[in-house]
Amino acid sequence: MATMTSSETEKIEGARAKSFRLPPALISYLQAAPLTLILGSFLAVPILMIGMVSFWDYDFAQMYPDFVTFNYAETLGSWVTWKTYLNTLKFAFFVWAITLFIGFWVAYFLAFHIRTAAMQMVLFLVCTVPFLTSNIIRMISWIPVLGRNGLVNSTLISAGIVSEPIEWLLYSDFAVVLAMVHLYTLFMVTPIFNTLMRIDKSLVEAARDAGASSWQTLTNVILPLAKPGMAIGTIFVVTLVMADFSTVQVMSGGQSASVALMMKNQMSLLQYPAAAANAVVLLVFVLLMVAAIVRIVDIRKEL
Amino acid sequence: MSKAAEIDIVSVSKIYGTTTAVESISLKIPAGTYCCLLGPSGCGKTSTLRMIAGHESISSGDIRLGNSVVTDLPPAKRGTAMMFQSYALFPHLDLVDNVAFSLKMKGLGKDQRRAKAMDMLRLMQLEAYATRRPAQLSGGQQQRVALARALITDPEALLLDEPLSALDPFLKIRMRAELKKLQTSLGITFVHVTHSQEEAMALADLIVVMNDGRIEQAAPPRDVFERPATAFVARFMGDHNVISGRVIKSEGDGLMLSVPAGGDFLAVGAETAGLTDTADIAVRTDHVRIGEPSEKGLGFTGSVTNIEYRGSSVKLSVSGAGIEDFTAILSDTAFFANPVKVGAAIPLAWDRTDAIMLGKLKH
Repeated sequence: MATMTSSETEKIEGARAKSFRLPPALISYLQAAPLTLILGSFLAVPILMIGMVSFWDYDFAQMYPDFVTFNYAETLGSWVTWKTYLNTLKFAFFVWAITLFIGFWVAYFLAFHIRTAAMQMVLFLVCTVPFLTSNIIRMISWIPVLGRNGLVNSTLISAGIVSEPIEWLLYSDFAVVLAMVHLYTLFMVTPIFNTLMRIDKSLVEAARDAGASSWQTLTNVILPLAKPGMAIGTIFVVTLVMADFSTVQVMSGGQSASVALMMKNQMSLLQYPAAAANAVVLLVFVLLMVAAIVRIVDIRKEL
Repeated sequence: MSKAAEIDIVSVSKIYGTTTAVESISLKIPAGTYCCLLGPSGCGKTSTLRMIAGHESISSGDIRLGNSVVTDLPPAKRGTAMMFQSYALFPHLDLVDNVAFSLKMKGLGKDQRRAKAMDMLRLMQLEAYATRRPAQLSGGQQQRVALARALITDPEALLLDEPLSALDPFLKIRMRAELKKLQTSLGITFVHVTHSQEEAMALADLIVVMNDGRIEQAAPPRDVFERPATAFVARFMGDHNVISGRVIKSEGDGLMLSVPAGGDFLAVGAETAGLTDTADIAVRTDHVRIGEPSEKGLGFTGSVTNIEYRGSSVKLSVSGAGIEDFTAILSDTAFFANPVKVGAAIPLAWDRTDAIMLGKLKH
């Protein structure tokens, strides 16, 4: 019996040797290669290039490969940068607070008050409908609504509520925040909806059984369990707002500044190394914010 | 913690849209009883429990707990506490906060409620795990936390929704004993939903067998097993052969059944009066013996289709006289004293008192 088995194994070994086989280590590398190539060429290399260019010298027409640090010194040393960061952070804070509020309640309504799964999906898709048009169009469509002779003002005047058009509706920080909320709320709704859907409905019943009112259930059970979704939504919204330049430019009518807008201006003046230094600072800043969020809330539960 | 409440369910129905989950059931559960609602899935047992708990509205009828009608009260105002099937422990809270949850909702101070919760955890022998999260516990420990959380409200009745279904068989039997011990020491009413007749028999003082939203029988376990009220109960409890047939003769306290294309069977019992058309009888599988019947209608001759050896007993499957798969459980000594083979034709017999007349639910 034993001899037969060994001869059989030899046969199998022989058959294996004939067919072409890659070493297992190489197979693993090959499997990882496509993603490495994509991430490398579209993420790592561009960031490295920005980092490199940020140390270059430049004049009005040309960049000179070099290793100088005055791009950073200029960026960090100028009060304009700090003011712009403060302004961008202000936008980020307001947009974050408003989208979190709206996003949570929309998600809560969808997850706990709509009974059938089909209706939930339909209403969720309704939330995504605005995304079928481009950001720019959604933004610009606010102009006829908020303008001096826009829908809101003409309605208020004809109703006799105000005698003169309200000036701060358009081309103001208010308009910027409003447009951003409009653009980014869905990024908050989706992750929160996702976490809320995973909450076992019997937890709500258990809370009710223990005598919790709806409000107590919300604050003691649902909100704590929705935190990971809120954190992910926060990361989306904050990074989007920090990097936004078109909304700020269009909706503030050029009266307000943001970090990304500052970069765009530098680029239009061909000051690429200065813009690159600015970009690196922004990148570090946003990464620190994300790290802080992840420290506060454990989002791994969600991923 | 010895204030137990009687639960009185008065013609309660639960209707979801056009389907009736529970159809006008009435049941009295005496104070301090361990009551098991038993039935297959979809029989309405969980709906009934949830209506007692207040997590399901009652379509019609009333539920009384102790001296108060609780039909329209919210769960926490009823004096009941529920233990959920998946335990429904709060994943974001440690054990102390889980157990102290209802005290927090009542607005009790932090130190006070944590002290009380620790006492309860000590009672459940969980104090060593007080700062852990539920996910870090085993199934049996989670169940004890759920029990602690339910009992800290000092309920008059504890409602358990399939509490043992998530445990492995070994733990199931251990936790079963713990539940029974707990109920005895607390003295409060337990209502326990299960689909396992073994669990119900082991635990209950009162078994309520449900089917299709109705109560088939509500009686102590021994009565349910020895005198099943309906064919459904006999089949569901197991260890019974059910013979259905047409009534051909009724004399005195007995009647004769005729199985289509088969034999005639005798049944005796007070319930026989008034039956005219068809009837069912049940014969305990372990009360059947091999041998000629002492009286006509108390046995039949059939061929053995299967033999299973089970150690202390042997299970024979016999077909004949219009009955498929009649089961006889013989003790191993009785079987091996006179063994038979598959395919052999053997006479089976039982005593007059073993043929139990089964009733029917009035529809």
